[in-house]
Amino acid sequence: MYDFINGDEYAPAPESTSELNVKEQYGLFIHGEWCDAEGKKTFDTIDPSNQKVLSKVALASSNDVDKAVAAARSAYNGEWGQMSGSDRGKYLYRISRLIQERSREFAVLETMDGGKPIRESRDIDLPLVAAHFFYYAGWADKLDYAFPGKQKVSSVGVVGQVIPWNFPLMMAAWKIAPALACGNTVILKPAETTSLTALLLAEVIAEAGVPAGVVNIVTGAGDTGRAIVEHPDIDKIAFTGSTCVGKQILKAVAGTEKTYTLELGGKAAHVIMDDAAIDQAVEGIVNGIFFNQGNVCCAGSRLLVQEGVAEKVIKKLKKRMESLIVGNPLDKNTDIGAINSKEQLNTIKRMVKSATKEGAEVWQPEGNVPRKGNYFPPTLILDCAQSHTVVQQEIFGPVLTIQTFRTVNEAIEKANNTEYGLSGGVWSDKGAKVFKLTDQINAGIMWANTYNAFDPASPFGGFKESGIGCEGGLHGLYPYVKLNG
Amino acid sequence: MNRLEVKKTYKLYIGGKFPRSESGRVQTLTDKKGEVIANVAKASKKDLRNTVVATRKAQLGWAASSAYLKGQILYRLAEMLEGRKAQFISSLIRSGKTQKRATAEVEKSIDTLVYFAGWSDKFQAVYSSVNPVSSPHYNFSAPVATGVVGIVLDDSSTLLDLISQMAPIIVGGNTALIIVPGSLAIAAMELAEVIHTSDVPAGVINILTGELGDMVPTLAGHMDVNSISVSTDDTELKKTVRLLGAENVKRVVFVDQKKSALGPYPILDFQEIKTTWHPVG
Repeated sequence: MYDFINGDEYAPAPESTSELNVKEQYGLFIHGEWCDAEGKKTFDTIDPSNQKVLSKVALASSNDVDKAVAAARSAYNGEWGQMSGSDRGKYLYRISRLIQERSREFAVLETMDGGKPIRESRDIDLPLVAAHFFYYAGWADKLDYAFPGKQKVSSVGVVGQVIPWNFPLMMAAWKIAPALACGNTVILKPAETTSLTALLLAEVIAEAGVPAGVVNIVTGAGDTGRAIVEHPDIDKIAFTGSTCVGKQILKAVAGTEKTYTLELGGKAAHVIMDDAAIDQAVEGIVNGIFFNQGNVCCAGSRLLVQEGVAEKVIKKLKKRMESLIVGNPLDKNTDIGAINSKEQLNTIKRMVKSATKEGAEVWQPEGNVPRKGNYFPPTLILDCAQSHTVVQQEIFGPVLTIQTFRTVNEAIEKANNTEYGLSGGVWSDKGAKVFKLTDQINAGIMWANTYNAFDPASPFGGFKESGIGCEGGLHGLYPYVKLNG
Repeated sequence: MNRLEVKKTYKLYIGGKFPRSESGRVQTLTDKKGEVIANVAKASKKDLRNTVVATRKAQLGWAASSAYLKGQILYRLAEMLEGRKAQFISSLIRSGKTQKRATAEVEKSIDTLVYFAGWSDKFQAVYSSVNPVSSPHYNFSAPVATGVVGIVLDDSSTLLDLISQMAPIIVGGNTALIIVPGSLAIAAMELAEVIHTSDVPAGVINILTGELGDMVPTLAGHMDVNSISVSTDDTELKKTVRLLGAENVKRVVFVDQKKSALGPYPILDFQEIKTTWHPVG
C-alpha cells in the first residue's frame, strides 16, 4: 500500500508573481500625491524568505510627518469633514470592491514582503481586509443609531495610526475603515519591514477617488512613528504592536488631550479539557499557534492540558506537527512561512534557548527547514513551570509551551497568571464547563472549540496589559467618535 | 447647663473595617472661625497598598454576585442615606454650604444611587451584541468589569461627585478604592458608615482620606490597580497619573464634574468588552 505519510515530498506549487509589478522605489502618499521623503532618504525592504531586496521605501522625517498631518487637517476641515455619511460610506464600498478586484496582487505582495504563506494571505488576510472596509462602509450613515441614548455623534479629528508587520494590510484595514466611516482623516505608518501593501492600498484609495489628504501613508521606522505619536496637531493615536511600545506611547501622550486605543501583546492560554474532541482540539492547537508562524498577538501560545489526556494530546500533536511544511511562503503547500525579520528570528531563538536553560524540554519535528531565509520550525516546550520565561513572556513565533492541570479552577488560575489578557481558548464537549472557562478567563476574545477566528463584525481588544479599546464590530466605533462633544 | 458634646474620631475605611492610619498621622480641619472640627486620618502609602490588597480580594466575588443583588445593595445604600439625610445635610452646612444647597446635594446623591441601582441588570443588555459573523459560529460580545478601580477626588469635589463616580463603577462589578482630600473627609467617612450598614461586602468600597500627594502616585503606579477615575483641574496631577499608570496600561478616565454624571456611559468607562466564539453545527 502507498505510504501517504512518508511516501514522497509534495511537488513545489509556487504562486505566480507575474501579475505583480513591484516598483524599484516607493514614495510617501501625502495629500493624494506621491512624493519623496525629505532629503530623498530611503530604506530597503527585503523578502524574508530569501533575504533579497524587494524594493526601496521612502524614510519619512518629522518634517514629512508635519506635511502629512497638515494634509489630513486640511482634508478634515474641508470636503471630508463636511461630507455626508452616505458619501463617506460609498468611498469605503469602492475601496472594498477595488481590493477584491486586485486581491491576488495584494496577496502575492503581502507574502513576498511579509513572509506569510500565500494560502493565508490569499484565503484569510485579503478576504478579511475587503470585508472590513465593506462592513464599516455601512456604518458611515448610521452612526446616530450606534450609541445608546440620543447622542450627538461627531468625529474625533485627525488620527495617527501605527501598525505592526504581522498582518500588514489587515491592520491597515482595521485602522483606516472605522476611522473614515466615522468621518476622521488619518496618517498611517506601516511597519518598517512591511510597507508595500499599505502603499498599494494608497493606490487603491487614490483610484477610488477618496479626496486628497483623507488618508496619508508615511513609511519609516521608530522615529517616524514617534513623530506621529508626539505631533501636537493629531487628536488621536491608534496603535497595534508590542506592550513595551504601547507603554511608551501612553507616556508620550500623557499630559496631552490626545485620545488613544492600543492593541498590544498577549500570552493566551489554550485549555484542553479531558472531555474535548481530541482530534479537533489538536487541529485547533495547531491553528492557534502555527497560524502566521505564531506571529500573532492572540496566538494560543500556552497550552494547558488536563492531566488525563495530556499524553494522548501531546502524541497526536507531535504527529500532526511532523506533517507541517516549513518553507517558501509563495508555495501553496506551505504551512509555516518565513519569520518577517532576522531580528524577530533571533528573539525566537533566544527565547527557546532560555527554555532549555531553565530546565524545560524542547521538541521539534525532524524535517527540512530551508537553510537560507528566516525560518524557524514548529516547536513544543514541554515540562514548563509557570515561572519560566517562555511561559511568562510573549515569544511571537511558532513556539508552544505545554503545562498540565487537574481541575477547572487550576486551569483558570494558570490561564490568568499573566499580565496579558488578550485572548484564550477552551476545548470541552460540556457546555457548562465551556462557559465557566470562557467567563472566568480574563481576556477580551475567547474561542471555545475553535481558535483564531476573525470577523469585521466581531469586536477585538485586550484586557490588562494587552491594550485599551476595541477594534471591529459596533464596539469598534467608540474610539473614533465623540459623543455629545 | 449645656451638655458636653461627644466628638467623633474619623478614621479610614478599608476592607469593611475602620482602622486609623498606620502612620498615626492626622489632618486638623477647622471651620471658618478657626475652631477645630475634627482630626481626620492622613493615610500613608502603606495604607494605600494595604487597601489595594483588600480591594482586589473583594473583586471577583463582587463581580460574580448577581446583577439583581448589586442593584439591591445600591438601592439599600440609597435607603440608608435617606434615613440619615438630616445628618448629612447638617454636616454639609458645617462645611460651609447653605441649607438649600446642602439639602439639594444630599437629595441628588440619594437619587443618583437609586438611578445607578436600576442600571445593574440593564447596561449589559444595552452594550452587548450578537455579532453576525460570516462563518458558522455563534459570536457574542458583552461588557465585563475592568477590575480594581481607584477614584481620586480633589478639593473641588462634593459628596455628590463622590457618589456619582462610585455608583457606576461598583454597579459594573468593579471594586473601588476612593481617595479623598481632607476637605471632603468628614462627608466621605460618614458615607463609609452608611456603606458599612448597607450590605456592601467588605472591600467593595474603600475610602482613604489625606493628602493626595501622599497617595496618588502610589495608586497610579500600583501594578494591581486596573483603572483610575480622576476629577481634578490640576494638569500636573493628571499627567502624573497617566505617566505612572502607563506601567501596567491602566485605563485612566478624567471625569468632568461639571457635566451630568447620569446615563450608561459612566458605567461603560469601567467595562471591558469580552467576545466569545463557538462553532455552530
